[in-house]
Amino acid sequence: MTATNLLATSDGVPLKLLLRRAERMNRLKSLALVAPLLIFVMIVFIAPIASMLAIAVQNPEVAATLPKTLVALKDWDGKSTPGEPVFAAFADDLAQAQKDRTIGFVGKRINYEVPGARSRFLKAGRMIDAGGVPPWKDKFLSADKDWGDVEFWTILKRAGSTVTPYYLLTSVDLRQDASGAIVHTQPDQSIFIDVFSRTIWISLLVTALTLVLGYPVAHLLAILPNKYANLLMILVLLPFTTSILVRTTAWIVLLQTNGVINDLLMLLHLESSRMQLIFNRVGTVLAMTHIQLPFTVLPIFSVMKSISPNLLRAARSLGAGPLRAFVTVYMPQTLPGVGAGCLLTFILCLGYYITPALVGGPQDQMVSYFVALYTNRDLNWGQAAALGSLLLFITLALYAIFNRFVGIDKVKFG
Amino acid sequence: MKLDVSASDAFVEFAGIQKTYDGETLVVKNLNLRIRRGEFLTLLGPSGSGKTTTLMMLAGFETPTAGNIVLDGAEIASVPPEKRDIGMVFQNYALFPHMTVAENVGFPLRVRSRSKTEIAERVGKALDMVQMRNFAKRMPGQLSGGQQQRVALARALVFEPKLVLMDEPLGALDKQLREQMQIEIRHLHESLGITVVYVTHDQSEALTMSDRVAVFENGIIQQCASPSELYEQPANSFVAQFIGENNRLPGTILSGDGTRCRVALADGTEVQATLTDSAPVGGPCLLSIRPERVKILPAEGSLPNRFEAEVRELIYLGDHLRVRFALAGLDFIVKVHNAEDRPSLDIGTRIPLGWRTEDCRALD
Repeated sequence: MTATNLLATSDGVPLKLLLRRAERMNRLKSLALVAPLLIFVMIVFIAPIASMLAIAVQNPEVAATLPKTLVALKDWDGKSTPGEPVFAAFADDLAQAQKDRTIGFVGKRINYEVPGARSRFLKAGRMIDAGGVPPWKDKFLSADKDWGDVEFWTILKRAGSTVTPYYLLTSVDLRQDASGAIVHTQPDQSIFIDVFSRTIWISLLVTALTLVLGYPVAHLLAILPNKYANLLMILVLLPFTTSILVRTTAWIVLLQTNGVINDLLMLLHLESSRMQLIFNRVGTVLAMTHIQLPFTVLPIFSVMKSISPNLLRAARSLGAGPLRAFVTVYMPQTLPGVGAGCLLTFILCLGYYITPALVGGPQDQMVSYFVALYTNRDLNWGQAAALGSLLLFITLALYAIFNRFVGIDKVKFG
Repeated sequence: MKLDVSASDAFVEFAGIQKTYDGETLVVKNLNLRIRRGEFLTLLGPSGSGKTTTLMMLAGFETPTAGNIVLDGAEIASVPPEKRDIGMVFQNYALFPHMTVAENVGFPLRVRSRSKTEIAERVGKALDMVQMRNFAKRMPGQLSGGQQQRVALARALVFEPKLVLMDEPLGALDKQLREQMQIEIRHLHESLGITVVYVTHDQSEALTMSDRVAVFENGIIQQCASPSELYEQPANSFVAQFIGENNRLPGTILSGDGTRCRVALADGTEVQATLTDSAPVGGPCLLSIRPERVKILPAEGSLPNRFEAEVRELIYLGDHLRVRFALAGLDFIVKVHNAEDRPSLDIGTRIPLGWRTEDCRALD
């Protein structure tokens, strides 16, 4: 230290600079230590999320497949069926698309907004293949008079933009009408608001249940002597040792109409008929609560463990009864753990997929189910990404609200 | 001060108290103790000696396995802690971290449903008493250890409890602060006239603060007496060893006449000592002699015990010197006052030492 001081004074080099120089090596070393994980997280976490957010608004099909049509549509007034030049360009593009085998993609994209459009596109492709000649407008109209629909051309023109709000709007049951104004989708197609509120409701319910069931367990864990606490802790952690799929399947065995629980209820004559416990909300919430319990219990337990038993004793000696001491002295101090456990469980619940899919009914499917549906079955990645992005925004928003009112710095995970 | 407390004088009485946690070993074995109203009584002992268990039984956090505890004329075995009206100060203060200082101190009044104005007034007074009024709005986490302890004191006193218990309240403070707080607690005890039961393992703290000290070891009170009696007349070798420093010389009691006895050391040296109840005539004993009660270079014939010993080591401690002698083949420590006329002590020289019969006790 003295040496550095001397150097600084004689050479006039600021002490801070020297310190930074001296620390640089250490900083590089610690950076090198975290680098593998940092790179891993960047690749498998940050990059997929960024790409999901991008896919949610990307709209490449029409712009890539029908470039000439889009140019021709630039001068269209949007009030009446477009003229021959537009149809000619359209036929040209379709011929190319037929050759590139991309006609199905663009047809599918338009089909999202104009039901039946896909088969019309495929038919038109075959017509052009068959060696059609101009004038195209009459040819198209005589093949299918829907080609003359003004709204179809409006939608096609709008779909030509490489960026679209379509998927995100659909995710919240909204759409753009012919004039471009944002309106509600038809009631028979409005499902996503319902799905999102169902997802949030189920998550809240499960979070509340894990808290009610887990809080006493956490307390017991915290006050028991070590040898019993360890045993109980193993029981709490036991669910972690089996896969989520196995556990969910076990619930099916227990809850089905001819399952163990119904047998038991019948045996005890508690119910006159067998109850429907599975493939409905009961089964979903029950199985999710079971899986989430350790996530709620552990942060609460670790906070409770750090609360001195003397605090309760002090409260008792100062005249508070056991209940009052618990509520006014003990419980407020467990709040950071309660906040952490509930936040963790709630956020994990929002993304549940397998459990509702296996033990829930059609009315219990959560957002992730639809993300999977659009990804795997409908191959509508734009919609899947939009739903995923929305779920991410909701999670972040709830997190921000939580932070605003409780304060994330007050949360303790251990 | 009269040391035995009669049953009618007793404010707190432990009668035949036993406590076991596992049903196999007794943590407290047959405890009988009476505490006077207004007394400052300290339970002193090493860790695991049963002193804290005793305190917890009095506070109501532990149940005696056998025996009765009487507080202010009433048996309290079945009274829960919150109904005992006992203020308690804990080792790590046990302040409620989510409440301000004022809310902490007001807690016992709030649970007693006192009016807002009364609470504010009494909290103010209590904080004045410990010079913490300016910190009323702070959170406990923002206070130093000593300040937290003051708040804990105010909280334990604010509802004017019958009895105040303190469980090693100063254990976490540094030496200087601890000594200052000892005096403050002592003054509070005197000015408020409260009865205090204090637990510590620090013998100097016990001597500084207490009217009486009960020395615990192995779940038994070894001696309960005033600080001076504990020091001057330890009942057994544990107390002699635990309170202050002493030289221990093993020997055999040759003969005794009620208060005095002759003891032969291993090498045959004969010593005049005070006979105690703990060692029988004819049996083995440990002679206990306080280092500051040994006189060096005593005049010939002035003391009944006078021996030559060799200077082995000198430690200079400013106000006094610790001198290690070899006496009858054993280490023997003497504290020599660093007065201007102290004799020069050269290592290796043989110097006569002596002590009075009263200062040499034959213990078990």
